[in-house]
Amino acid sequence: MTTERTLSFTEALERFDPTLGLEVHVELNTASKMFCGCSTVFGAEPNTQVCPVCLGLPGAMPVLNAKAVESAVRIGLALNCDIASWCRFARKNYFYPDMPKNFQTSQYDEPICFDGWMDVTVPDAEGQSVRVEIERAHMEEDTGKSLHVGGATGRIHGADHSLVDYNRAGIPLIEIVTRPVTGTRESAPVVARAYVAQLRDLLLGLGVSDVRMEQGSLRCDVNLSLSPAGSGLLGTRTETKNVNSLRSVERAVRYEIGRQAAVLDGGGSVVQETRHWHEDTGITTSGREKSDAEDYRYFPEPDLVPIAPDADWVESLRARLPEPPRERRARLQEDWGFSDLEMRDTVGAGALELVEGTIAAGAAPSAARKWWLSELARRANEQGLELGDLPVTPADVARVQALVDEGRVNDKLARQVLDGVLAGEGTPDEVVERRGLAVVSDEGALSEAVDRAIAANPDVADKIREGKVAAAGALIGAVMKQMRGQADAGRVRELVLEKLT
Amino acid sequence: MSDLTRLTAAEIGARLASGAVSSVEVTQAHLDRIGEVDGAVHAFLHVDAEGALAAARAADERRAAGSPASPLDGVPVAVKDVLATKGLPTTCGSRILEGWVPPYDATVVARLRAAGLPVLGKTNMDEFAMGSSTEHSAYGPTHNPWDLDRIPGGSGGGSAAAVAAFEAPLAVGTDTGGSIRQPGAVTGTVGVKPTYGGVSRYGLVALANSLDQAGPVTRTVLDAALLHEVIGGHDPADSTSVDAPVPSVVEAARRGADGDVAGLRVGVVRELTGEGYQAGVQQRFDEAVELLVEAGADVVEVSCPTFVHALATYYLILPAEASSNLAKFDAMRYGLRVLPDGVDAPSAEEVMRATRDKGFGDEVKRRIILGTYALSSGYFDAYYGKAQKVRTLIGRDFAAAFERADVLVSPTAPTTAFRLGEKLDDPVAMYLNDLATIPANLAGVPGISVPSGLADEDGLPAGVQVLAPALADDRVYRVGAALETMLTKAWGGPLLDRAPDLTRGDA
Ligand SMILES: [Zn+2]
Repeated sequence: MTTERTLSFTEALERFDPTLGLEVHVELNTASKMFCGCSTVFGAEPNTQVCPVCLGLPGAMPVLNAKAVESAVRIGLALNCDIASWCRFARKNYFYPDMPKNFQTSQYDEPICFDGWMDVTVPDAEGQSVRVEIERAHMEEDTGKSLHVGGATGRIHGADHSLVDYNRAGIPLIEIVTRPVTGTRESAPVVARAYVAQLRDLLLGLGVSDVRMEQGSLRCDVNLSLSPAGSGLLGTRTETKNVNSLRSVERAVRYEIGRQAAVLDGGGSVVQETRHWHEDTGITTSGREKSDAEDYRYFPEPDLVPIAPDADWVESLRARLPEPPRERRARLQEDWGFSDLEMRDTVGAGALELVEGTIAAGAAPSAARKWWLSELARRANEQGLELGDLPVTPADVARVQALVDEGRVNDKLARQVLDGVLAGEGTPDEVVERRGLAVVSDEGALSEAVDRAIAANPDVADKIREGKVAAAGALIGAVMKQMRGQADAGRVRELVLEKLT
Repeated sequence: MSDLTRLTAAEIGARLASGAVSSVEVTQAHLDRIGEVDGAVHAFLHVDAEGALAAARAADERRAAGSPASPLDGVPVAVKDVLATKGLPTTCGSRILEGWVPPYDATVVARLRAAGLPVLGKTNMDEFAMGSSTEHSAYGPTHNPWDLDRIPGGSGGGSAAAVAAFEAPLAVGTDTGGSIRQPGAVTGTVGVKPTYGGVSRYGLVALANSLDQAGPVTRTVLDAALLHEVIGGHDPADSTSVDAPVPSVVEAARRGADGDVAGLRVGVVRELTGEGYQAGVQQRFDEAVELLVEAGADVVEVSCPTFVHALATYYLILPAEASSNLAKFDAMRYGLRVLPDGVDAPSAEEVMRATRDKGFGDEVKRRIILGTYALSSGYFDAYYGKAQKVRTLIGRDFAAAFERADVLVSPTAPTTAFRLGEKLDDPVAMYLNDLATIPANLAGVPGISVPSGLADEDGLPAGVQVLAPALADDRVYRVGAALETMLTKAWGGPLLDRAPDLTRGDA
């Protein structure tokens, strides 16, 4: 593997315009596979979720999963697509050991969803959005998964033998293909990333997929081409396969821009091919050449009948679509009174739903944001967890804030309450009870503690009597120490000043 | 006990019901007959004596308990080797599936078992049902019980010969372009291709998915109807299966046997008679039509001009679908695996190539190449696309013809059985055998072949085909049964009584 020459991003953009195209494969979270009743649960022992149909045994026949069609239509509607009134599956014929039938049951010239769009908010570009046109979203089945054994790289080259797990074969996939995205210039990498991120949120909101890129339930292929700056032409594109994290999408686009620019700049021409993405080194390498002559010999799948979604049914699905993420965000930002930066941070931290839930449970928006984005974000980070995976609910957080508002705990104690909740000690109230964390509100006890502090620090007391109110801090600290922190510092201050002025 | 093999399935069912015989006796009699004659006929690729007798015992127990599973409970059946049978080898007549034992039953087989029919074994066929003579079986041809030097038809020659040689009272075949009906015609037996979707294809190893249809192979029309009602009906596992009740074919066969065809409009298809049809075949057909006229049917001539393109259409659509279906035979998961000669540590692709080279016969390779070509980009529209358009036109010709006639008739096959080897080197001559049967597959309509008599010139059986509109399978049974009754009367007994006695070596 040799590293190819690249031009710097700035240089590349001086000379060329990038054109993007994204193909995203989404595994649906239906309980059963596309064409058989096998389970789709991730992570099972290899080849335990298979049957004659998904193993492609002679004689077996597919039966279409109606839930998958529903999910496909909902995705199409959310992407502003037209829904075909009549369409078919087709066979995509090619030989590969992880494909049991040596053809993939897919859709060809009759996709179920077509001609849609999504407005993508570009981060770091104030209020700017790019309309990405969706060419099609079609249904197909996933292939099995090959494990190449004995080679150094885990790739087929150099491997000694390969094992195939067919658990994944036949899992419903939706392939979402954009039209070429032009005019994004230096934003191309972030636009690509933002598109995939926004698509992921949209799919999550629809509840049709787990959209876990690390588990492969959302996979991205990046198409990129360059043309001379300002020429308006379309260059030869490469297709970089399996770019499976948001960060990688951005990096892969950036890398291909630099690489192709160097090729073109050196008088060469870009080869139309598929390329492999290397997460570790951040580069792409040549895969198989993808000539126009590649012929999948598509024809309509004769074992399945055409799909003709009923128009009323489609409309009923449209009526029940969740609010699109972008609109929802705008509405929430307005409701909560967050600044653009605060909102972006909230979304970026994956805390939108958590903050929303916390507010719904009674907390003020700023308090909800503060807890999740500072205290809890720090803990999640320390433990290498997603915020949402912390063992604390939005309702718990709202209750902790309520305890503060009621004066029953102070900020310091509140953090200890959260510690207890995170440690599995129960609800916030139970933690307060068990750990004895409530602030002392017994006026007599507080008053005695203040008296003791004054007696022990006569110099300080004199300064306050002389009007140096700022010195009160030392006495307050002494009282808090006596009370082991379980006192309302504000009330202690009042008592000190009452007694000395 | 050997006379048990001469009984029809309906007769066996009646005797089982009355307790006159047991299923074990009937099944054993057929196994004995197989032992006696199959060395010469080679109708079976695999005989499952043990399984059949176990099923027979279970059937006898149900009969004894007064709860038979069906009217055919305990009547043995042979199954074409293209249907998946759990625990029984299924080769499709191909080397590439040698030794494959499916882990599941085809729906048709499951229904046979559920209805209590002991499965005697798997019958021979042209490799992956590609052929009209069984000569393309990787395991050697089946011989026609009427003349062991002749072909039994194909691809389902094994099923037809098994029934004609009294090795089984019933068999299941599959018909993609005539593979049930043409063997029926040349062996003097009855074969029915039901309406497309009338019988589940789940577990039928596909030749051409849009054309394939399983159906009964028997010696009488009533037996075919009885078997049809066992295997027919909607199957959720086959998306192309028709979600409608099975037509009352047994009732139609009984009604037809009474000679009830008065007022029935019978269309003789001009394009499926005359030139290209052997004189004796044509003569027997004309006489059969005459009998229908005498019985009160209104016979008219109809024209289906696009039928002349049916063969060409068929030989584009079939290879296209087959080339894709057969891709799964790649040595990765089941069946034959051949390592290439002289290659150290061969890749998966090299193993696939070597296996497919050794595992497929010439006719299969020919059609894979044809189909691959027809689907290739740049040729798709001219070949596969055009063929689909002609297919639509053929359907329209049928629709127009059925405006004028309730059923259509023609000779089933243009000739009687030819000699083994005679057409092996001439694929097109071989393909022409299915000239009259192919249109029904392209349009998905039902068809039956019943014996029309022996051709004068060679004394070999010929068949008459009756076609009806989709879902009107009952009509082909009604007319088929009427012809059977009238012709049997004219012959003075069943045609098969004139077949040579295979046990005396005078065939
Ligand atoms: Zn499965």
